Amino acid sequence: METIKRVLISEEAKETVDILRKRFGSELMFHQSGGCCDGSSPMCFEKGDFKVGSQDIWMGEVYGCDFFMSADQFEYWEHTQLTLDITSGRGSSFSIEIPMGIRFIIRSKLFTDEELQNLNPIKTGEEYLAES
Amino acid sequence: MTTLTLSQTKPVDRPSVKEKYDHFIGGKWVAPSSGEYFDNISPIDGKAFTKAARGNKEDVEKAIDAAHVAFKTWSKTSAAERSRVLNKIADIIEENLEMLARLETVDNGKALRETRAADLPLCIDHFRYFAGVIRADESSISEHDEHTVSIALHEPLGVVAQIIPWNFPLLMATWKIAPALAAGCCTVVKPAEQTPTSLMVLMELIADVVPPGVINVVTGFGVEAGKPLATSKRVAKVAFTGETTTGRLIMQYASENLIPVTMELGGKSPNIFMKSVADADDEFFDKAVEGAVMFALNQGEVCTCPSRILVHEDIYDKFMERVIERTKAIKMGHPLAEDTMMGAQASNDQYEKILSYLDIGKQEGATILCGGESAGLNSGLETGYYVKPTIFKGNNKMRVFQEEIFGPVTCVTTFKTTEEAIEIANDTMYGLGAGLWSRDAHELYQVPRAIQAGRVWVNCYHAYPAHAPFGGYKKSGFGRENHLMMLDHYRQTKNMLISYSKEKLGFF
Repeated sequence: METIKRVLISEEAKETVDILRKRFGSELMFHQSGGCCDGSSPMCFEKGDFKVGSQDIWMGEVYGCDFFMSADQFEYWEHTQLTLDITSGRGSSFSIEIPMGIRFIIRSKLFTDEELQNLNPIKTGEEYLAES
Repeated sequence: MTTLTLSQTKPVDRPSVKEKYDHFIGGKWVAPSSGEYFDNISPIDGKAFTKAARGNKEDVEKAIDAAHVAFKTWSKTSAAERSRVLNKIADIIEENLEMLARLETVDNGKALRETRAADLPLCIDHFRYFAGVIRADESSISEHDEHTVSIALHEPLGVVAQIIPWNFPLLMATWKIAPALAAGCCTVVKPAEQTPTSLMVLMELIADVVPPGVINVVTGFGVEAGKPLATSKRVAKVAFTGETTTGRLIMQYASENLIPVTMELGGKSPNIFMKSVADADDEFFDKAVEGAVMFALNQGEVCTCPSRILVHEDIYDKFMERVIERTKAIKMGHPLAEDTMMGAQASNDQYEKILSYLDIGKQEGATILCGGESAGLNSGLETGYYVKPTIFKGNNKMRVFQEEIFGPVTCVTTFKTTEEAIEIANDTMYGLGAGLWSRDAHELYQVPRAIQAGRVWVNCYHAYPAHAPFGGYKKSGFGRENHLMMLDHYRQTKNMLISYSKEKLGFF
């Protein structure tokens, strides 16, 4: 049986990822932020620009991009399925799509009990680093 | 969605602004090297009202150059003169308070009554505070023995980078600029891309009183202007207010340059109402009700927004009935109208994010006690970013209780015992602000001590006076702003260890 992904992506967000990959000439990654201002938003970086570590969780790959969240934040998010989407607007932070006048945004839905039994496995930051 | 018909006083006039603003570098207005500008959108109506320079690495380098030139002189400028400059800045803000308050409202979307009564008066006072403390500040000296003296002398760090958030554009810039200048540092400031204009207008006003290069402001996007500033090997420190991922990223960059940082990274502040609050329906009870509704201040776009109300179960009904009633009485409307109590969220993405949290709150089974939707204002505000003040009821494990929504949203839950209140209060990644309301003298001291947060308001909330240190515990960051101790985040210590003895040691 196919496992359930923890992070999905909208068509519009895919198009943005394609544009950014081309513009920066590199693979991309996402790290879900917390805290004030632009917190609680996903941050998009060139792969490797943000150094993940033992306190991060790899939640899966979304459209070819690794998606991470800090481990303590994951405790409160693990029962929800995330969809990476796009909204117009001027976010601040170092997320690389911002100069385009758009912002990645997370939409969430609760996993059903059935889905919770069949989720894609996560990796700790240490496991992710050991494999890569 | 309901539509709210506005009946209110006419908005005051917008202040006039230029068509576009350049960078402010070395005391001059410098066009962006790319030649590009970006629209600054007012959250009032979602329309552009001016443009800001789109800064890049080249512009940042120019600003750092100018700051280094200025530092040679500014670092040796007397405390009396640095104090005079800070006081002069405060005087100029005071003389232009009304214009700057209106502009801040246009730039950020918050209600004029807040920019008039809070943002701008606090800017003035914080500059005056740091003008004052450096006149009384002293280094220390100790005599180790009759021949040996140790002098611990403060020296400014050098050229510093300061990255400013958009929720209080002028006030957050003040919190960073005032102590840096007081300490003898020169600064390169990057305002947030949502709110790049008010600081530029302030620079126009104070350009003649601040020596060239002491304050440099480069506008632009985080990845294009913020990153080259934060990664520069020519800055001695980075001060940042924002969220956790960017905070970590800036610390990574700082680790490569081995420089210090200060971080203010937000919170999920508990506001605790003990049983004794409802012992009488009096003036204090009324104050406590207002304290709970303070979540709507600045549309909830405050790192210390009291976004979790913890109320003793025995007083829940009586207390929350009044809190809901008071929340529903919040008058939304045009931010420039004098009777508007709550204005617009700062940007469209912010607005969308808040709505996404209202959605997840509902999905998780939290009950909406009031609000819970976009405000749908009309009369020309249809394209602005307005959200109704919202109260959820639920439990502390829900995402709306754990994540900073940064909007006019608070979540209420009950507790049975003091221990339970403390446990819930501390069950969060963050530790910036907290509130404790009680009539019990013992609780007033013991509960705040047990809360893991850098600022606990006791029988008050959302006061930010200079002279009271402000900063985070846990993942809310480190550094203490608004207080003379911030000077030491912009200085290093030169220790001169002096021997007055003529005798050799006899070792060699």
